[in-house]
This record gives sequence, structure tokens and C-alpha cells, in this order.
Amino acid sequence: MNQTSRASGAADGKTEIRKTTCYMCACRCGINVHMAGGKVRYIEGNRDHPINKGVLCAKGSAGIMQHYSPARLKKPLLRTGERGSGEFKEIEWDEALDLATQWLGEVRRTDPRKLAFFTGRDQSQSMTGWWAQAFGTPNYAAHGGFCSVNMATAGIYTMGGAFWEFGAPDWEKTELFMIFGVAEDHDSNPIKMGLGKLKQRGVKVIGVNPVRTGYNAIADEWLGITPGTDGLLILALVHELMRTGKIDVDYLIRYTNAPWLVIDDPDGAGHGLFARDDEGTPLVAERASGKAVTSATPGIKPALKGRFELPDGRKATPVFELLAEKYLDEQYAPSAVAERTGIAAETIIRIAGEIAEAAFEREVIIEQPWTDMKGERHERMIGRPVAFHAMRGISAHSNGFQTCRALHMLQILVGSIDCPGGFRFKPPYPRPVAGQPRPHGGACADTALAGPHLGYPRGPEDLLLEADGETAERIDKAFSWDAPLSAHGMMHMVISNAHARDPYGIDVLFMYMANMAWNSSMNSSSVMDMLTDKDANGDYVIPKIIYSDAYSSEMVAFADLILPDTTYLERHDCISLLDRPISEPEALCDSIRWPVVEPDRDVRGFQSVLLDLGARLKLPGMVDEDGKPIYTDYADYIVNHQRKPGIGPLSGWRGEDGEKTGRGKPNPDQLKRYIENGGFSQVHVPEEAHYFKHANKAWSDWAIEHGLQDGPVENIFQLYLEPLRKFQLAAEGKIKPVPPEHHRERIKSCFDPLPTWYPPFADDGLSEDAHPLHAITQRPAAMYHSWGSQNAWLRQIHGENALYVPGDVCDSHGLETGDWALVSSQSGEIRVKIARMDAVNGSTLWTWNAIGKRSGAWALDKDAPEATRGFLLNHLIDELLPPKGDGRRWANSDPITGQAAWFDLRVAIRKDPDQSTGKSLPHAGAQKSPVGPAPDTVRFGKEAAE
Amino acid sequence: MHPAVSVIFFTVTSGAGFGMIFLLGLGFPVDASALRVFFVALVGGGLAVAGLLASTFHLGHPERAWRALSQWRSSWLSREGIAAIVTLVVFGIYVLIWMMTGSRQHFLGLLAAIGAATTVFTTSMIYAQLKTVPQWNSRLTPLVYGAFALGSGWLLASAVGTHEAPELWGIALVVLAWGAKWFWWARAGRARLADSGSSPETATGLGFIGKVRLLERPHTGENYLTREMVHRIGRKHAARLRMLALLLGGAAPVVILAIVGLSGAPSLFNLLAAVSMLIGLLAERWLFFAEAEHAVSLYYGHR
Amino acid sequence: MTSLPASTGKRLGLVIDLDTCVGCHACAVNCKEWNTSAGASPLSDVDAYGADVSGAWLNRIHTFEVTPEDAPAQIVHFPKSCLHCDDAPCVTVCPTGASYKRPEDGIVLVNEDLCIGCGLCAWSCPYGAREMDPVENVMKKCTLCVDRIYSETLPEEDRIPACVRTCPSSARHFGDFNDPESTVSQLLAERGGIDLMPEMETRPVNKYLPPRPKTRSQPAAAPATVSAPVPKADGFLGWLDAALDKLG
Repeated sequence: MNQTSRASGAADGKTEIRKTTCYMCACRCGINVHMAGGKVRYIEGNRDHPINKGVLCAKGSAGIMQHYSPARLKKPLLRTGERGSGEFKEIEWDEALDLATQWLGEVRRTDPRKLAFFTGRDQSQSMTGWWAQAFGTPNYAAHGGFCSVNMATAGIYTMGGAFWEFGAPDWEKTELFMIFGVAEDHDSNPIKMGLGKLKQRGVKVIGVNPVRTGYNAIADEWLGITPGTDGLLILALVHELMRTGKIDVDYLIRYTNAPWLVIDDPDGAGHGLFARDDEGTPLVAERASGKAVTSATPGIKPALKGRFELPDGRKATPVFELLAEKYLDEQYAPSAVAERTGIAAETIIRIAGEIAEAAFEREVIIEQPWTDMKGERHERMIGRPVAFHAMRGISAHSNGFQTCRALHMLQILVGSIDCPGGFRFKPPYPRPVAGQPRPHGGACADTALAGPHLGYPRGPEDLLLEADGETAERIDKAFSWDAPLSAHGMMHMVISNAHARDPYGIDVLFMYMANMAWNSSMNSSSVMDMLTDKDANGDYVIPKIIYSDAYSSEMVAFADLILPDTTYLERHDCISLLDRPISEPEALCDSIRWPVVEPDRDVRGFQSVLLDLGARLKLPGMVDEDGKPIYTDYADYIVNHQRKPGIGPLSGWRGEDGEKTGRGKPNPDQLKRYIENGGFSQVHVPEEAHYFKHANKAWSDWAIEHGLQDGPVENIFQLYLEPLRKFQLAAEGKIKPVPPEHHRERIKSCFDPLPTWYPPFADDGLSEDAHPLHAITQRPAAMYHSWGSQNAWLRQIHGENALYVPGDVCDSHGLETGDWALVSSQSGEIRVKIARMDAVNGSTLWTWNAIGKRSGAWALDKDAPEATRGFLLNHLIDELLPPKGDGRRWANSDPITGQAAWFDLRVAIRKDPDQSTGKSLPHAGAQKSPVGPAPDTVRFGKEAAE
Repeated sequence: MHPAVSVIFFTVTSGAGFGMIFLLGLGFPVDASALRVFFVALVGGGLAVAGLLASTFHLGHPERAWRALSQWRSSWLSREGIAAIVTLVVFGIYVLIWMMTGSRQHFLGLLAAIGAATTVFTTSMIYAQLKTVPQWNSRLTPLVYGAFALGSGWLLASAVGTHEAPELWGIALVVLAWGAKWFWWARAGRARLADSGSSPETATGLGFIGKVRLLERPHTGENYLTREMVHRIGRKHAARLRMLALLLGGAAPVVILAIVGLSGAPSLFNLLAAVSMLIGLLAERWLFFAEAEHAVSLYYGHR
Repeated sequence: MTSLPASTGKRLGLVIDLDTCVGCHACAVNCKEWNTSAGASPLSDVDAYGADVSGAWLNRIHTFEVTPEDAPAQIVHFPKSCLHCDDAPCVTVCPTGASYKRPEDGIVLVNEDLCIGCGLCAWSCPYGAREMDPVENVMKKCTLCVDRIYSETLPEEDRIPACVRTCPSSARHFGDFNDPESTVSQLLAERGGIDLMPEMETRPVNKYLPPRPKTRSQPAAAPATVSAPVPKADGFLGWLDAALDKLG
């Protein structure tokens, strides 16, 4: 065989191609899996797929190595040694399922709260959530709470969607693009493709990130912002846009609550709430007469400023005036924020001007008539071609919710939400709070929960609290005073709360794909201690841990019972509209995974196992009247489960003949149709519904027809967020329930109904001298969390990580590339290798995310560089802040959503006096690998070549 | 460059061997007993062959080494292989006739000498041709290879041959060789990668923006390129080795030759000088590789 | 034959846009995947799960920090594979004829059956474009996916190198530099292409498109003011009145 005479394999087009969905990150691209001789030979992007249109990233292309990973678990395991040791014995599935049924059954019979069921990077949350609801535990969530819940929740509350799964920039038409706090992640390929399109058109890209790699490297302008100050920058841009009159007033009147009247009655319980009529419709002031009338009045010309008298005699002011007053204040002037953000005032002023210029001087017009929800006909679609994207970088701060709100508000003020050239919603979004459930709790023995766990509280009345109005009902304290709007739960608090038995102890911790003993926890070291901690009787404080994963991760070693999952090429999955959709702005899309190969190990898809357990536990919806399982496996569930009549996990090819989309009876051939179509369904949105979905009748009709909503949903963008004001009123003691004393000040100051900025909590009481620097992680493009390290190809790219240190910091500390340094925070110290870098914010250290590994995990050699020289910043981060003056320890989270404030970390650095050991610290011990030894040499493709 | 033992051994021994063949071919006097001729020829030819064999250990596929003879029109490595084989064959015939008849065929000898010189030259050109290694890319490289081949060949030949008072010549050749090397080193000091006009700026074409510095290697571990071509040695280490090379490869042989010459000791003692020089040359050759900076290192953080 | 053709019919190669490459390694990994598993001889990895993993790759992504004299440092992600030079030194040094440049299209290839693994071609290449397979001990290199671009069975649109097909940001372009109408030629004409190490006189076929100039912060020419024609004293809310009047 040589370079000219290659014959066999994918090149000859003779391989069979099976089209499924990638799972090497959360992007969910379509892939063509080339098969030869029953084996996976080559994976490429699917050109027809709506997400990736043929391209594929490094992770996706390395999928073969993941599929053949030596770290794959082979059989159910039962712990034989101490937790953390990695000592297990293999058991049969029957024994494993019996044991799990016994543990779980006892909990359900007595107190379902004693089960905490949390799924990590789960892509089947609508199913796992449904299972948990049937089980009856209130303690369910996935990983959103430590990922980007701030972004998502702020978006839903403000306009019915945020970035990524909710919407995307109009790459084809935008004239200016600004991206905040994104290294490479969410969503990975579409952003790269979009940036490519912008570059082809020569559209300016502005990157806002402390670190100038990846997307920020190719940005035409880079703002190396100081972490945690994005909100200040955004509000300074708002200040400038308002000062110069560059806002879209018409848009604000039509689509936002800018004209709504806010009650000005400082002593009353209604102060700061919207003035409403008897039906609850908000009031506006008629501009000419000053009379307060319902905002639903057809043709009303509302006032945006002024002070008006309400029918009951109270005074009220339009939202817009409050907003103008707030942001025109000098505290948001560019010169006032320059020092704190690290961005020069002139730059902020210039960029505000560029935003205004693109939005108002280069408007995009599409000659497409449309009708708005009020029935008004528009002859054309007028766009403000400025688009934004942001993700974890601005979310993962204790001020992240307000910062994300500020960014959404900025887009609304220039009128760029869902217009040509702006941000575009993806079906089924927009879906404002009005179309969202409330959170549900109220666990009773042997009873299903009344509704879904996760939802959007409208006010303090929707919190999940015990009768005392203070104690959290959930183990993670989601929807409690700690984090009232924690719409994704707070997975990062589960283990520490369960360990502290606060609010109560649990019996079974059941987790899926969540590497909580390692990179998915704040302060991994203490989490490992909690998982192994024993009480006075010598029993583990967290008594039973069931864990399902496909690979020998760090968490495996800390569990008692392991249910081995399949790899992504061996399983059924659905990427469902009920869950985390993959639609495009102009198409309703969902997709499947299907077993393109059968597992060669004694493993089962987790969702099928869950259905099996559900049937054994006789959970409602999982067994029929005779107690027989309703679903044979997950594939059966995907096709036949109906959440509501006609609505199931997949939207495509519904109805008996497969002719319906969205709504329709289950179609037994549905999966076949998906497979024939390349693993996905894509149904185009009518052109009239392409833009202004928040107010577009054609969209609303289409969404109802396709089962995305049951009826019209009013979506007025909430510049002023009344639910936050309600929490403030509760804190002021004006409405019930009233938060405990120690929460009140924080709620009063942070729950501003208008987007605001406050310093990250970690800075509070922090001595700048002791911890003068910021430390953050960036997600490498070629590695997804800890999964990648078992991948023989990807680990060559990122086998260890250095801490990048700004040049000036290096110089002042006598550090050079390759030196070892000690980095300390208020909660710990780590020893790391450093590298000098100048293209970074001058007070920010950074490293790649999740490269460090525990020795013995992932089937790696115990001396693998991941374990000896790699490191995690997590060891420096605590889920709690240091004790304050009142002796209490506050969560290191956003006070509104509970989002883990990873990026608030403050540190100090010094050169390690001992440069000799060549190893990073801490060393978290070693775990025995429950999977066989890994091969020394990999020659993938050799077999095929011969 | 990675100093591969096989290549170091090859260039030193084959140099000495072909140097000796060169001298014998030109008529270096040897006592005409067949056994003695055989022995002398064995030293010369043996070293050359041993060197060639050693060089094949450097190959990924030594069993295919014969293929290397095909590209004499363009490849110095191919030319070297051909030259070495032709030279050894001619030299073999020359020695055979000499052993059998006791007389030396001068024409054949001349051919062998030309072949040996050509071989050493082609060996040196393998390195000297490489623009990617500016320290090697010099006419001085063939000169040094030739001078060391001649010097070490002379010492060997003088020990086993019957040249009259060969020590003086030996001293002269050794001094000349190190003189050449001195020039080579001096030039190499001025012909580092940084002096060659190549830099991270030219390597990336990004010099028009500003100063270019590697931030991150493509892979965190080593790879073939970094192991083979991004070898780095410490300055102290290099200086020490250079002293060692000069002492064992130059000073010691000169002293030994002087003592032998002045004391009238049997010239067989010159073998000591030869061995010392060869050991010194191993150090010299190790440095030749280890100190050489390859252009590809510009992509791996070298400036 | 390891002499170089005087000229080649086509000059196939890549244009890599440094203004668009985000350094995601997609091209490198897909290249590895295609070339190891799609019918070629494998690209081996040794100590694959151990302390010193390494393997043969035909494309690698470097990251450079570039510091202008009067502006903040910037980052350039830099993919590098064989440049298929017109004056390819790796071809002429090869003693066996394993290494050759095709007269018809200029692709530089290695006949692995002839390769003795001497490594001289790698030494002669300034770009690090050649990699010794650690198990097979023969030299491997980018083939421009010669098995894709001339395939008669792959769909027409897929007859491009794997790295180009997979690149998410479209930073890689493939074509014939001898054809002035080709995308690559037009990109070159438009943006100007960089030759890597021109002083090596290798005349690379592959070209790099330079990063476009970055915005440099400079003081705004004049402070922007409220744009509507209203008395300044009324400020923003005065502007608002005017804006609302305009709306009617």
C-alpha cells in the first residue's frame, strides 16, 4: 500500500454510510459513519444536516477513538473496596437492576426526597425528568446550573429565548457581530461556520474576552475585558446609545414593556409593580391625554416618559423613563467604567457608535409582508443588522444573570431581536415565561410529582419551600431563597448539601454522565472527601451511589453500583423539541441517534435501563394496568411515548401514515423514516414567519399547528422584569412569603428589575493585595470536558495544560515559561506549570478546561501527563464563599439563578521555590482501573488496510 | 538535530576507513607480506563497511537499503551509497591482486583513492546540501569531513604501514583537520539559524505584523519532528564536549605522535593516536548534530 | 525518479486563511482520521494511553503570539501541512525514488513501498511536513487527499481534501493555482498570499492569506452627541419627544 495506490475503504465510495448524530460535545452535528466489514471506519460531517452542513470539528472526527476507547466500561460493577479506590467486581445486569430496584423502591415507599437523581451532560432530559417526576422525587436536574443557566434564564425571562439552542445570529445579513465570553464552546461548529461567513463578507467581528485565543484571535477587534465586568461594559454601551439617541423607539413601543406603567407608591405593596387593569393587563399612559389605559388598546400611542395618575390615585411612570434615568446616570458613563472593565472610554464610545451605525445606517430590508399579533399588516421586514452572541464567559459569575439580562436588553434597545441581520429565534422559541411551566415539588411517598421539576417562578409564591417559608424543599436548594430562579437546578450543590444533610440527608444519589468527583464540581478535592466521608457508625454519609457512564471516569471510582452505558454509536437517542432542540431559525429540526453498531460489551443504553428500572418500580406511565412494562426500550419510548396527545419526543413523520409534523399519532415507522432521511427531520418555517417570531401571527399559527404551543402566547419583551421586583417586595416585607432576615439585603440589592451590575461576590471582602488576579478556564476546541482524555488522538493535542500568565505578571514574579508556580485562592493552593502570554487581560490567568485527570482514570497510565502535569482550577474554587462577618457562608453562585460562579475566582501566584519535582499538585491519589489495560500502540485502520 | 548514535558512528568510522583506503590507493607504503596487506586492508575496508552497516541501523527499513542506489542523478545519499560500494569493490580487487601478486596496480589504486575521496565528499554533501541546517550548509563541511577522514586515515595507516617517519605528516594532517574544523566552528557560530535570515517571522510570514513567538505547540507532547530536529543541548555541556573533542581528537594524537616520532618507538604506537582521535571525533560528530539548528525548530519556539 | 519536473500541468494546493482560522484542530484530526482509516496505511500512535504518547500526523496546528510595536499582542492559529513545493528539496534528496512530485498536478507523494525510512527528506524540509510513522518506519506526508480528489466513486462535491471538507470556518481552500479562475487563485489575487520561509527557495505551492489588520483603539474624533435636532438642554428625553413625534 502506498500513497498512490490506495484502493479500499471510504475512498472507493463502497463503504456503507450510516447517518446518525455526533455526541462528542453538546453541538449535536449530523455525521456520516462509514462502515466496512461491520466496523466503523471513518466519520465525517453530514452535508445535509441543518446544524453542521457537512463540517465536523476535531472532537467529532476523533469519534472513532472514543468509540474504541479502552476506558469503555464492559459490565455492571459493584464496589468491593472503599469508595474512591476503584475496586469493583463485575456483576450481571439482573443483579445490578435488582439491587438498584431494591434501593430505589425503599426510598419511593418511604420518602422519595431521599433520592437525588441528577444527570450531567444528558441529552435526554425530557425523558430523565419525566422518569424522576413519575418516581416522585423533587430532586432532579441536569447540569445547566453549573453551565450557563444565567444566559438561558435571563433570556427566557426577558424575551423568550437566549443564544445557542434558543437562537442564533443572522449570519447571512448581520453587519456587525459582537461575541462575549466564548472560547469555542456552545455552539461549536455553527459559530465557526458563522464566523467563516462573516469573514467572507468582511463583516466586523468584535470579541470580548479576557483571553485572545480562538474566536477572539480572529476577531477584528478584541476587548480584553477584566472578568466579571461584562455587565458594566454592556451598560456603558447602553448609556452611550441612549445618550446619542440611537435606540429603536418604534420597536420598543411595539414589542417591549417600555411603555408599561410602573407604580410609584414607595410605601405600598405594589411599589415597582406594573399598574394593571382588572383583568391583569398592564396599563400604559396615552401619550396625548396622559390617561392610563390598557396596553392592549388597539392603535394606542403610549407615553414613554412622564408621571401619570392611575385610576386608584397612585402615581406611575413608564418603564422607559425609569430605564433612561438609570442608564443615563454617570455611573454607566464609559469614563466611569473604563478602569474597572479595562476597556478605554474612547473604545466604548466608538463601539457604541459602530453598533448604532450598523443598526440604523445599514438597515436590512426584506420585501416580505407580514402581520403582527395585533393584526397590523407590515409591508416589509426591516432589520437592524447587529448581532451578538455570548455564553459561559458572562454567565458563570455571581452577577451573571443581570449581565445576561443587560445584553438581551442592549439587543432589544437597538431593535435587533428576531429581525433581519439581528438575533433570530430558533423553533420552538421564542417561548416566554408565559409559555413555560412553574417549578414543581411536593413529594409524597409512592406518588408521582404533580408536574415537571424545573420551571420559571413568577414570584416568591412559586418557590419550593417547606411550610416554614424558609427551608428548601429540594436537596440542591433550587427555587429557594438561595436561588429563586434556578430554572436548571443546582447540580453543583447536591453533594455538599447531601453531605451536610442540609436541608436533609439522602439515601440514594443516582447520577448519569456527571463527573462530579472531578471536573464537574467546584473544589473537586473536597467533593471527593464528601463522597468518601463516613458517619459515627462507620457508614458513608451519602449512603448509596448509583452511577451510569460509558467510560471509566473519576466518578466511577466513587460510586457503589455502576450501570455501564453504551457509546454514542451504539445507542438510540432523540434530540427532542421537548428537550434541548437543534432547530435552525428557518427550520424546525430534531434528530436521532441509532445503533450504527451493536455493543461488543455487556452494556445497555442508560435510558433503556431507566425504563426497565421504572417498570420494576411500577412507576406510573411505565407500566400498564397489569404491571407489565409499557416500553420495551428507549427506541420504543421515543416512538410511542406521548407527552400530550399527539406530541411525542420526535416531531417528524408523525401520524399513522407519517405525513404529519409536530402533532400526530405515534408512527411505528418513525425511526425508520428518520434513518432514511439521514437521522434528522427538518421542516421549513414559512417565509412570512422567518422574522419577528415574538410578534408574528404567521409564526404563531404555524407553531400552534406544529404542536410547539397550544395557543397564542403573548411575548412582550420584559425590559423591566416584574418577578424580580416581587422578590424585592418580599425582602422589603411587603408581600409574602418573606425571606429570612439574612437574605433580605442581598435580594434588595441584586434583584433589580432593570438589568444592573454589581461586583462579583468573590471580590466582596477580598483583599486585592492577597488575591490580585483573576483565574479562568477556556474550553479547548479539540477537547470536550474530561471525555477527550481517553481519546488517543485528542490527548496528543491536549495531554497536559499550562497556566497562562500575563507577561507583566511574569516579569514582576520572576516567572518564565516552563516554571512551576504556586497559585492560591481563599480555599486552596495548586502547583502548576506556567507559560507566558501577552495577548490576555493583564490581571487574568487562564488555562484549558478539564485537562487534568486523576491517576488511574480513563484507562490511562498512572503516569500519564494528564495526571502528573495536568491540573484543574476546580481545586481552587469552593461552592461556598469564605465566611462573612455574620458567620454565614454564602453560595459561590449567582443569587438569582444559583449559577455556579466559576469565573469569579480570585488568586495569587508565586514562583515555587522547589522547581525540581516536575509535577502538579494536588495529587488526588490514584484509582484502580476497572477496565482492562489499554493497548500500547494504536494503528487504527491497519486491519482495514490489510 | 538529534545526534543518532548510528549516524555518528557511521560518519566517523567510514571517514577513517575511506581515508585509509584513499591513502593506500595512492600508494601508502605497506610491508608487502600478504598477511600484512590483508590486515591493513581489513582495517581500512572494515571500518568503511562497519560504518556503512551502522548507517543502516538509522534506517526504518534496512532491508530495503539497496533501493538507495537508484537516485544518483539527484540524491547525495544515493551517490554516497554507489560511491562507497564501487570504491570498496575496486579497493577489494586492488587488495586481492596485491595480496596475490605482491604488487600494487597503481591505476586501480588511483581509482580506489578517487572513489574513497568521492565517498567522503558525498557523505559530507548529505549534510552540506541542507539549507534547513545553516550550520551545515557550507563548503567547509566537505572540507572538514575530508580533512578528518584523511587525518584519521593517516594515523591508522601510519600505524600499520611502513611509511617513513609518518608522525610529522600525521601531526600536520591532524592540525590541519582541526584547523579546518576551527574555521567550521567559527563559521557555525555565525551561521546559526538566527543568522541565516530565517526566523519565526519568516517561518510564519507574520513578521509584517510584529514579533512572532510560539505560544502553544500543536501537541503537548513530543513528536517525530521535535525529537529528530528540535534537539537542544546546554551551552556548558557543549563547551565541555568541545574540549573533550579537541583534547582526544587533536591534542592527544599530536602528543602521542610527537612522542613516537621523537622516541623512535614502533609506529604501531600510532594506533593509540588513531583511537584517541576517533574517540575525539565521536564527540566532534555528536556536537555536529546536537548543535545544529534545524529550520523546523522555528515552528517550535526556537528563535 | 526524484528529479523534479520542470513544470507541472496543474499546481494543486491549499490556501489557508489565517484571518479565519480559529485553531480548532478539526482539519488535523479529520486528516488523521481519513488517512489512517480510509484505506491508506495507518498513521500509528505509540504509547497511546501512556505517559509519552505520540503519533504520526500530517497536519498540525501551531499557535503563535504576534506582538506589533504599537498594539497589543495578538494570536494567530497556524495550521501546517505539506506545502507541495515547486522546488521540493524533500524529493531531490530521496535516495530511493520513494519521494516524488507528480508532473501532472504537482502533488508531492511518497511511495511507501520504496521508502527506506532514512529521514533525509524530513531533514531537508524546512516546514516539518514529513512524519516518520513510528510503527511502519516509513515517511508519511500530506497527499492532498489524492485518493479523494481523483476518486470516481465519491460524490463530486466530496472530491476535495478531507481537511478542506471538514473545516468549520471555511479557512481552507483547495484548487489549481495554474488556473486563474480557481478559487485559490482568486483569493490570492484578492488578499495576497504569504510564502513560508521564501529564503529557503522551495517555492511552496500552498499559500497563507494574512490576517487582516485589526482595529486599533483610538480616541473618538469628536464626542458623539444626541443626533436629533433638539435643544441640548432637553437631553435624551427631549430627543425622545422628537423621536416619538416622528413616529406619529
